[in-house]
Amino acid sequence: MKYYDKLIFELSREGRSGYSLPEDRWDCHPDSLPDGLKRASALRLPQVSEPDVMRHYVNLSNMNFGVDTGFYPLGSCTMKYNPRINEETASLPGFSGLHPLQPADTVQGALQIYEDLSRCLCSLTGMAAFTLNPFAGAHGELTGLMVMRQYHISRGDMKRTKVIVPDSAHGTNPASAAVCGLEVVQVRSTPEGVIDIQDLKPLLDDTVAGIMMTNPNTLGLFETGIDEIEKSVHEAGGLLYYDGANMNALLGKVRPGDMGFDIMHLNLHKTFSTPHGGGGPGAGPVGVSARLARLLPSPAVSKREDGKLEMVAMPDGAGRISGFTGNFGVLVKAYTYILMLGRQNVKNVGPYAVLAANYVKESLKDKYKLPVNSLCKHEFVFDGLLETGDGHEVTTLDIAKRLLDYGFHAPTIYFPLLFHQSIMIEPTETESRETLDAFISVMRRIADEAAADPGLLKTAPHNTPVGRPDETSAATHPKLKYDFCQATKTGL
Amino acid sequence: MGFAYFPHTDEDIRVMLDRIGLKSVDELYSDVPQNVIYKGEFDIPDAMSEMEVRRKIGDLASRNVRLKIFCGAGAYDHYSPAVIPAVISRSEYLTSYTPYQAEVSQGTLRYIFEFQTMMAELTGMDCSNASMYDGPTSAAEAALMTVACTRKKHRVLLSATLLPQVLEVVETYCRFHGVEVTEIPAADGVTDLGAVPQLLSGGDVAGVIVPGINRYGIIEDLTGLADAVHASKALLAVYSDPSALAVIRTPGEWGADIACGDAQSLGIPLNFGGPYLGFLCCRQEYVRKLPGRIAGETSDAEGRRCYVLTLQAREQHIRREKATSNICSNQSLMALYVTVYLSLMGPDGLRKVNSLSYGGAHYLHSRLLETGLFSEAFSRPFLKEFALRTSVPADRLQKVLLDNGYFGALSCGEDLVSFCVTENRTKEEIDDLVEAISKAFRPDDCLKGC
Amino acid sequence: MSKIEEGLLYSESHEWVKVEDGKAVIGISDFAQKSMGNIVYVDMPDEDDDIARNEDFGAVESVKAASDLIAPVSGTVTDRNEVLEDEPGLLNEDPYANWIIKVEMSDPSETESLMDAAAYKAFLDSQE
Repeated sequence: MKYYDKLIFELSREGRSGYSLPEDRWDCHPDSLPDGLKRASALRLPQVSEPDVMRHYVNLSNMNFGVDTGFYPLGSCTMKYNPRINEETASLPGFSGLHPLQPADTVQGALQIYEDLSRCLCSLTGMAAFTLNPFAGAHGELTGLMVMRQYHISRGDMKRTKVIVPDSAHGTNPASAAVCGLEVVQVRSTPEGVIDIQDLKPLLDDTVAGIMMTNPNTLGLFETGIDEIEKSVHEAGGLLYYDGANMNALLGKVRPGDMGFDIMHLNLHKTFSTPHGGGGPGAGPVGVSARLARLLPSPAVSKREDGKLEMVAMPDGAGRISGFTGNFGVLVKAYTYILMLGRQNVKNVGPYAVLAANYVKESLKDKYKLPVNSLCKHEFVFDGLLETGDGHEVTTLDIAKRLLDYGFHAPTIYFPLLFHQSIMIEPTETESRETLDAFISVMRRIADEAAADPGLLKTAPHNTPVGRPDETSAATHPKLKYDFCQATKTGL
Repeated sequence: MGFAYFPHTDEDIRVMLDRIGLKSVDELYSDVPQNVIYKGEFDIPDAMSEMEVRRKIGDLASRNVRLKIFCGAGAYDHYSPAVIPAVISRSEYLTSYTPYQAEVSQGTLRYIFEFQTMMAELTGMDCSNASMYDGPTSAAEAALMTVACTRKKHRVLLSATLLPQVLEVVETYCRFHGVEVTEIPAADGVTDLGAVPQLLSGGDVAGVIVPGINRYGIIEDLTGLADAVHASKALLAVYSDPSALAVIRTPGEWGADIACGDAQSLGIPLNFGGPYLGFLCCRQEYVRKLPGRIAGETSDAEGRRCYVLTLQAREQHIRREKATSNICSNQSLMALYVTVYLSLMGPDGLRKVNSLSYGGAHYLHSRLLETGLFSEAFSRPFLKEFALRTSVPADRLQKVLLDNGYFGALSCGEDLVSFCVTENRTKEEIDDLVEAISKAFRPDDCLKGC
Repeated sequence: MSKIEEGLLYSESHEWVKVEDGKAVIGISDFAQKSMGNIVYVDMPDEDDDIARNEDFGAVESVKAASDLIAPVSGTVTDRNEVLEDEPGLLNEDPYANWIIKVEMSDPSETESLMDAAAYKAFLDSQE
C-alpha cells in the first residue's frame, strides 16, 4: 500500500474534460427554461481527463484492503471470498439494461431469478416465503419488525409494542425497533453467555410483540435454550425474529424455521458471498413462516394463471419499503453463488466456518483471554490479552492496529459490549489452514510484543499509508467536503 | 472431490479437528439440540460447474426483452462511461468492508469525501452523507430527520406530485414510526402551494417534502415555499434528480434545509431497479442529525492528511433506543460509481447530458403532439420527461411500442401517459417510435373514444 | 477516581447544579466526562426553551458515544454556554468550571431531592 495525497478536485484544470458524448444537434436547449427555474450558482465539479480519472482512482484503491488483498477476520461480517463469476452474471446486459417498470412479459428471466432465489432461501432456512426487496441487513431488520407489528395490528392486538432484545445483540436491533415504533426491553445474558431464561420469562406479558435473537449469538455461542425460549415466547403470544447476521455458522446444518423462528433476515453480502463493496450495496431478504406470508411488503412476485410471473401489490402487507424490488444486481450474485455451491457443497459452509473458528480459538486461548471457554460457532470473542505488561496497558485497539502492520485486517473490536476489550474473530470457510496458521502465529507474536515492547503497539500501525487519524478533531470541527476557497487561496 | 471455494484437504480437516480435540466435523454441532439439526435434502439444484452456471444465468438473462427506454419515473437510462466498471471492479474497492480501520481504508474514505463534496455542490447544500439505499428510502429518512430536528412535532407534509413509490415508502416508514402524513394536493400538475399555509397552521408540522421535478416531469416553481415552511418552524426537503441539478434550480437555491433523491440518474445502469443510490444532504446546522455514514478530513500523528468516518456517535449503535434511523451502511460502491461518473463528466459534460436529453424530449413532445393523438396535459416547463393527455388507452400504446422494441407511454394518471428521453436516444429512434404510433392509431380512433 | 466538587448538588445521571442568584447553573460531573472520553459536541437547548426535570434537555457526544443530558430541575433556559460550541473539550479539561446552561427554576424545591457532594460520592461508590 502506498500513500497518495490527491483529491480529484486538486487535479482539476479549467477547460479539461473526461467525457465523450455525441454532438448536440437539437434545436432547443435548457437555456430556454424560465430563469427562475434554472441553476444560478456555479457548478464546481472537477475538470479532468479520462486518464487522470483512471489513474486517480487506481491510486486511491492502492490505499484500500479487501478480501482479495488478504485475510479479513472481521467478526460478525463474514468476509468470505467473493467469487468473480457473481460479478459477471450480475452485469449481463440482459439484466443491467432492464427498466424496473417494464411490463412483466418482458422481464420473465429477472422475475424467475427473484422466484428461484426466494425458493432456495426458503429451503435453506426453513421459512415459507421471502421478500428480496430489503436493501441491507438493517433494512431487513426494519422490514421484519414491520411485518411483526403488522401481524399484531392485523389481529386487532394493538397493545403489543415491546420487543425483547438480548444485551449481547447487534446495535442495529434496538435501533431498528425504535425506528419501527417499538419499545426495546433488554434481557440479560448468563455468565455462560446465552440468554438468561429466568430473566426472560417475567418480561413475557401481553404487551410483547416478540423477541429478536441472533443464533449463534454475538459471542459465537449457540443459544442452547432455544426450545424453551421458543415455547415461552409463543405461549405469551409473541413472535420470534431471527437476525441472520450469523447465519453462516448454520448454513447447511441448522435452519431458523426448524428452531421455531417466525421472521428472519439474511445478509446476502455475508452468507451468500456477494461483495461488501466498501459498505454496500448488499441485500437483506426477509423470510417468514406461512401464517405471515401475506404480510410481506409490496411488491411481491407471483405466478399468473398462464404460468408466467408478475409483480403484485400485497394488500394486507406492511407496505412498500423500497422504490422497486431491492438491489436486484445483488440478488443475481447470491443466486449465482447458490448454483455454484449446489445442494452438495452448501452442507459444508457452516461446518467449515465453525471448524476454522474453533481452530483459531484453540490455538490462541493461552495468549488471549477467552471469557467463555466452550465450543463456538463461526466466530468467537476474546477479552483482550491474557497477560498485560505492567504500566503499559496494551488495549484491543493497539492489537488491532498492530495486525494491520502484518498485512492482516483487524477483527471487530469493542463489540459485543459485554466485555471491555472485545476482539471478535470470524475466519470463514474460504480460508486455508496455511492462512489461519499465519494469522495465529502473528497474533501470538503480537502477544509477545505486548509484553516486551508495548510502545511498539501503542504507536501502531507503522506500515500503513497513514497512521491513526485524529478522530477527536475530525468530530469536533467536522470537515465534510473539499474547501474550494482554500484551494483558490493557495493557487490550486 | 474438492470445491473451488473451500481450501480444505482431508488432512487439513484432521489436523484442525485434532487441535480442537474433536473426532468429527459433526461434533462441532454437539451443543445444538439434535431435533433442529437438518437431516433432509435441500431443495436447491445440484452443484454446477462455472460454465454451466454461466449458461443457466445467461439463458435467464436472454429471457428478458431488451428495449429502448423511453420511460423514467424514477429510473433513467443515461449513458455509463467505460471507465466506471473498470474502476469499481477493482478488488480493493469491491471486496472491502465499511472503512472502520481508517489506516487501510483511505481509498474508500477519500472517494466518499469526494462524493460528499460533489453531492453538496450539485444540490447547493452544505453537507452530504456517504449515501443511502435508494431515492424513496432517502425521502423516508429525510421525513424522520425533520422530526428529529424539531421539537414535539409529529407530522410531515408530502406533495401529491412526488413519484408514487416515494409517497408509498415515506408513508410506510412514517406509519410505523408514529409520524402523521398529510398530502399536499396537486393543482394543474404541480404542488398546490396555495394549500400549504392552511396545512402548516396546525403548528405540528416537522417537515415538508416536495419534488424539484415531479411525477409528470414538470420542473416545479417553489417560489415562497421555504419562507412559509420556515415561518412555522418546519424544515423543507426537496426531492431531486441530481443529474438535472446541473441546469435547474437547486434545493439550496430554493431555500431547502434537506435535499434527498436518487442518484441513479448519474450513470448507474437501470439494473431492474437496483442497486441504485439514495442521497441525503442538509444545511450545516442539521449535520449532527444527518443519518448514515459520513467521512471527514483530519490528519494522523505525522500530520498527513487523512480521512475517517466521523460523527459516528449519532449512530444507532450508541443512542439506539431513541434512534430515528437504523441505517448503518451506505451503497458505497454505487457512491464510487457516481463519483467517477461526475469526475469524467465535469460541469460541461453534465450540462451536455441535460442538453441532449432536453433537446430529444422536446423533439419527441412536439412530434407526438403533431400526430393528433395527444394533447398537452399541463403546458408547464419540463426537462427530459413529460406527460401527455390521450384517449388511446395506455396499455394499447405501450403494446405497440413494445412490438417495435420500445418501452414508453407509462400510465401516470387518468388519460395521462409519460415519456422520457435521455442522451442515449437518437433522433432516428424517436422518429421511428412516432411512426409506429402513427401507424397503429389514427386521430379518428381517439375521437371515437377507443 | 473522579473528582467531586464540594458545594454543588448532583443528580444520579451525573449532572451538577449550583444555585446562583435563584438560577440553577447546570453542568456534568467529572465522572460523567471521564466515562464519555473526548467530548466533541454539546447539544444545548436554545434560550427561552423550557426544560422539565428528569427529561433530556440535550446531549454530549464523544467520538464513540453519545449521552443524553437529563434535567435535574425544571425551568426556562436563560443562558447557554456558547464557548462549548467551539471548544466542547473544555468539559473534559474542567467539568466544574465549565457550565452548560443556566435555568430560571419553576420549582426551586426540586433541588431538595438532589445529592450533596458526600451523598454523590456514596452513590458513585455504590455503583462500582
